[in-house]
Amino acid sequence: MGSDLPEKGLVLLSSWPSMFGIRGVIALEEKGLEYEYREEDLGNKKGPVLVHDGRPICESLIILQYIDETWPGADGAPCFLPADPFARSQARFWADFIDKKITDAGANLWMTKGEAQAEAKKEFMESLKLLEGELGEKPYFGGETFGFVDIALVCFASWFHTYDVSGSLNMEAELPKLMAWVKRCQERESVSKALPDPLKVYDFMLILKKRYGIE
Amino acid sequence: MAESEDVKVLGAWMSPFVMRARIALNLKKVDYEFIAETMHPKSELLLKSNPVYKKIPVLFHKGNPICESLIIVQYIDETWTSVHPILPADPYDRAIARFWAAYIDDTWNPEVRKYSMANTDEERAVVAEKTFAGVQLLEEAFQTCGKGGNWFGGDALGYLDIALGSYLAWIRVTEKMSGLKILDGDKFPQLTAWADRFCAEEAVKGVMPETDKLLEFAAAMIARMKAASSAK
Repeated sequence: MGSDLPEKGLVLLSSWPSMFGIRGVIALEEKGLEYEYREEDLGNKKGPVLVHDGRPICESLIILQYIDETWPGADGAPCFLPADPFARSQARFWADFIDKKITDAGANLWMTKGEAQAEAKKEFMESLKLLEGELGEKPYFGGETFGFVDIALVCFASWFHTYDVSGSLNMEAELPKLMAWVKRCQERESVSKALPDPLKVYDFMLILKKRYGIE
Repeated sequence: MAESEDVKVLGAWMSPFVMRARIALNLKKVDYEFIAETMHPKSELLLKSNPVYKKIPVLFHKGNPICESLIIVQYIDETWTSVHPILPADPYDRAIARFWAAYIDDTWNPEVRKYSMANTDEERAVVAEKTFAGVQLLEEAFQTCGKGGNWFGGDALGYLDIALGSYLAWIRVTEKMSGLKILDGDKFPQLTAWADRFCAEEAVKGVMPETDKLLEFAAAMIARMKAASSAK
């Protein structure tokens, strides 16, 4: 792992366009925690690493739960997961759904063409429509409060422009409620700080395509 | 025994994922009704209660359906809190347990399953190598997580024990079908001893499928899958 990691405190090893790293930033900011952000070229390595007092935690949703459980809702810090076990199970279900259905389909929108891309487009839009239905009339997936599923999904927002262009989608038109939810989330300091410029993300995607020899 | 609060598990005898739910309920001493899923075709109940994935297990509690086996196990742990904690108490230990459970489901088990579908000796060798590399990692994880105890969970059977242990019958079937010794007592002494311990547990015994019965089922399933893939 990285050299000179501090014995005490929080370090987030991440890559600025990584939606999984963005989840970590939002969570740390929401809790008002002091942390050091270190830019790493994650390359093929999947996902950010949170180092707390020298110990690493991997996998973004596991990192979210770790942060939530280590700094629970005292001193005004919000809780990402609700208290009720059934509501928690639902939140975990939808976060897991996002990982299963949005991640790869989204990537395939710019990594593939033809039939593979068409399939990715279908899965991507259907999955987001399902999530939009799950959001319903609530301000956040967590209900009145911004929570676990909100963090799990809003991290993709900077990539929406890239998906729109690559996949010839029209997310604004097809998913109005979801786009309104994105804007609502972006009003939060934690989210606006964490989300990179969508145009920079698009340029990054073009670099990645060259690196992988796509197109 | 805890009062029956209308707890049901929709599942099937051969599914390791269904086993997880049942082991967790058994550890918590919760009575439940087991509903055997018809599978082909999928029942109305399954389609209605798990419309997203249409997969077993589904746990029903107070009329609410909960899906995805590891989410179900966490739900059970958070609902029946006075008996046998399943997730570790410490947040860091929980993160490690969750990490390895995800590794088993997302990386290791899919690799092991490739063995039966491999067509050449070369393909089988690659799968075998990756399988053993994974078992080695899990042998090390056992020592780290278990902290000298008999279980991944330390002194008591926990989340990661359930996550891996639920695959044991299928691992034994794969061993029989492939001739590979996956849980090799010489190479992986801790895991091999743990596996026997797990299968002997009261909460596990009644829901672990018999290897021979599962072998028969697996052979038929693989034959169907191979026929389907060659028909494409």
